[in-house]
Amino acid sequence: MKLVIGIVRPEKANDVLEALYRAEVRGVSMSRVQGHGGELDRVETYRGTTVKMGLSEKVRFEVAVSDDFVDPAIEALCEGGRTGEVGDGKIFVVPLERAVRIRTGESDKAAVTPVDGR
Amino acid sequence: MNGLALAALPAGIDSGDTAWMLVATALVLMMTPALGLFYAGLVRSKNTLNTFMMCIGALAVAGVVWALLGYSLAFDGTGSLLGGLGYAGLQGVDFLPREGTAIPQLLFFAFQATFCMITAALVSGAVVERMRFGPFLVFIALWSLLVYSVLAHWSFGGGWLSANGTLDFAGGIPVEMGSGFSALAAAVVVGARKDYGRQALLPHNAMYVLLGAGLLWFGWFGFNGGSGFATGDPSVLAFVNTLLTPACSLLVWFVLDLIRGRKVTAIGAATAIVVGCVLITPAGAFISPGWAMVLGAVGALPCYLLIMWRPRTRVDETLDVLAAHGVAGFTGILAIGLFASFAWNGVADGLFYGDAAQLGHQALAALVTPLYAFGMTYVLLRAMSLFTALRTSEHEEAVGMDVVQHGEEAYASGEGAILVLPADGEKLVAEPG
Repeated sequence: MKLVIGIVRPEKANDVLEALYRAEVRGVSMSRVQGHGGELDRVETYRGTTVKMGLSEKVRFEVAVSDDFVDPAIEALCEGGRTGEVGDGKIFVVPLERAVRIRTGESDKAAVTPVDGR
Repeated sequence: MNGLALAALPAGIDSGDTAWMLVATALVLMMTPALGLFYAGLVRSKNTLNTFMMCIGALAVAGVVWALLGYSLAFDGTGSLLGGLGYAGLQGVDFLPREGTAIPQLLFFAFQATFCMITAALVSGAVVERMRFGPFLVFIALWSLLVYSVLAHWSFGGGWLSANGTLDFAGGIPVEMGSGFSALAAAVVVGARKDYGRQALLPHNAMYVLLGAGLLWFGWFGFNGGSGFATGDPSVLAFVNTLLTPACSLLVWFVLDLIRGRKVTAIGAATAIVVGCVLITPAGAFISPGWAMVLGAVGALPCYLLIMWRPRTRVDETLDVLAAHGVAGFTGILAIGLFASFAWNGVADGLFYGDAAQLGHQALAALVTPLYAFGMTYVLLRAMSLFTALRTSEHEEAVGMDVVQHGEEAYASGEGAILVLPADGEKLVAEPG
């Protein structure tokens, strides 16, 4: 059981969601974050104030998956998030100690295996 | 205030008319930033500033072009197809009354200038979120001359349509049909946004849309109420009809929304206000308040249907300028041919009052204007595309037009922004994202 964290460009978020859906990875949360990963600084000017925007908008996906789904999730994040330019983002995979589905109290693999809704 | 000031009023100038037209001109000028709000709310947040700036750009470009050449082409002489160059660069445009009015020609020019500005701004609705800012400015500069000035001459300046008997009170022909059908051509030439039809592209701030629509309606009292260039009956009738028609369109829109989705929507309501104002623009002082209400109710239907259907097509006419302005203007122009009554306007009767010929005059304008506006805009943009890229790259489109085109964000947080203090002799060079 792993937690796959993917940080991608906001404009690629939809493509990532589509790719994850195609890979049958269904349990996903995402949040807007700001980050910096070596891409060129953007210069913005507001009246007399010129600033270098050191942080860019990114979207952070968090996907908790059973071991079989780690590679499909990584592939989907790469496929959906890649433009080939600097700033496409990173994927981090971290071990997951425990997972609990609140509704049923199921834990671990059962908790991260999607059930058919409704 | 004193005898000297009174004596300075040239013969033929009415102080009341002039006072009202000064206010009306300011009201119409406000409509362009109001449209900016309306449009900016309808796009995604990363394109807010660029969308608003297209309207601000129209203030700059159309204002200057109108003063240099556009006004003259539209309002100098009664040539059939085009005015002359007698007023180019505002020569001879002064305090003497404009022919047929009791206001100084200089004021008449300024009032008409605000019309050219808002019309050029309207067309931007078809190309937001992808057209480059520079080419857009060049486009509306040329468009103001090739399309707006020509149509304004035909309908307002003594050109062939008005000579033929076509009635257009406040600009159903040059403003509404002119912008609407040009917008369709612009959407076709520039092409759809890369995400169009693939992703849900939602309005990012419905409050801006409502506020913009409200301010547009407010400004429209100057637009329609000022188009009589006076304070007399026609202005009063147009003013009151500008109150009634959008109210009816709103109510009908509520009902249509209820039937379609069981909920009355806010963005639908904002759209209905604009549609109602457009519907009454051509017919303003020609139809009775009763018919104006009927027009608001019935005229909303074709616009609603087109707005529902258009997103299912591949034409990314993004902010539905065709439906809200082109089709509503078309409907309003035809409505004159049906509902006009001599008892109310002192000019002509429509079909319902026994004059079928008037409907013919109106139908001619409703046929020719869309063809001219679409055709000329299509050719203009196609020609421009031979010299420059009209739209931004896919990558830049994804990043958003605000950062790419203007180097600013509408909702900048300042987090992670590093203040750049230019050292002596160091040059700051903006690098695109």
